Amino acid sequence: MSLLETDGERLFEAVSALLAERGIATPSEIATRRAATDAASPGQGARMVARAWTDASFRARMLADGTAAAEEIGIPMRGLPPLGVLENTAETHHLVVCTLCSCYPRAVLGYPPFWFKSAGYRARAVRDPRGLLAEWGTHLASGVKVRVVDSTADYRWMVLPMRPAGTDGWDAARLAGLLREGDMIGVTVPGV
Amino acid sequence: MSAPGPLPAGTRVRVKDDWPEARGPAHIRTPHYLRGAEGVVVRHLGAYPNPEDLAFARPAARRALYHVAFAQPGLWQQGVAGDEVLVELYEHWLEVV
Repeated sequence: MSLLETDGERLFEAVSALLAERGIATPSEIATRRAATDAASPGQGARMVARAWTDASFRARMLADGTAAAEEIGIPMRGLPPLGVLENTAETHHLVVCTLCSCYPRAVLGYPPFWFKSAGYRARAVRDPRGLLAEWGTHLASGVKVRVVDSTADYRWMVLPMRPAGTDGWDAARLAGLLREGDMIGVTVPGV
Repeated sequence: MSAPGPLPAGTRVRVKDDWPEARGPAHIRTPHYLRGAEGVVVRHLGAYPNPEDLAFARPAARRALYHVAFAQPGLWQQGVAGDEVLVELYEHWLEVV
């Protein structure tokens, strides 16, 4: 029987027992990491963005050190790659891709959407970013520069979008509800 | 590179036009489309164990990692002037121009 045909839960138990026996990871460490992985979703990134939109000092800390900012609001980051945050402005729009594979800020956005790993997205994001954005319905104001961020190495990158107009007075929870995962990768921009 | 400290932001660099994958098994984090391209250091991101060695379970020295910006149209002979591609690159792939 090949590894692919093995019952997943039995395989997990066998590997966990071996890791414990060899002193590499305890069952409780594995359970903690499993829970953190299951909890990771675009909702975590949305909480960070909404907080940054409503708290200027948090925004500054988030841009300086994404990992520390995520931990500050209770997102487990221990043992994970450093998180960098790219700020969209009236001058610059960021678009994240990993042309080599599928590096994705999983701690704050969860599993990457299927298209993020597709050969088409990876090739076109660096070659024709504006064509790709247009297909997503993302039309940038004239004069806005596109900065494609090819995530090739030790960092994981998320985008801090611009707060949409028409949201004055909204609290962080309501603002977080506006955000989709694509907004934090830069294929889309949030709107009201 | 034998520079004593990290390269400062604004340093003009060229990505080595090197193809280790043509010489044998290799794990490379420098995308094909950047080999030989010139860009500008935006930020030193710290130093990390070299993934080219980690991938083969070899001892991995820490290497400086940089965010380097490239003019996007120059890479593809298409696109809009002013657009950029920003990429993480290790020091041993960069030559100061």
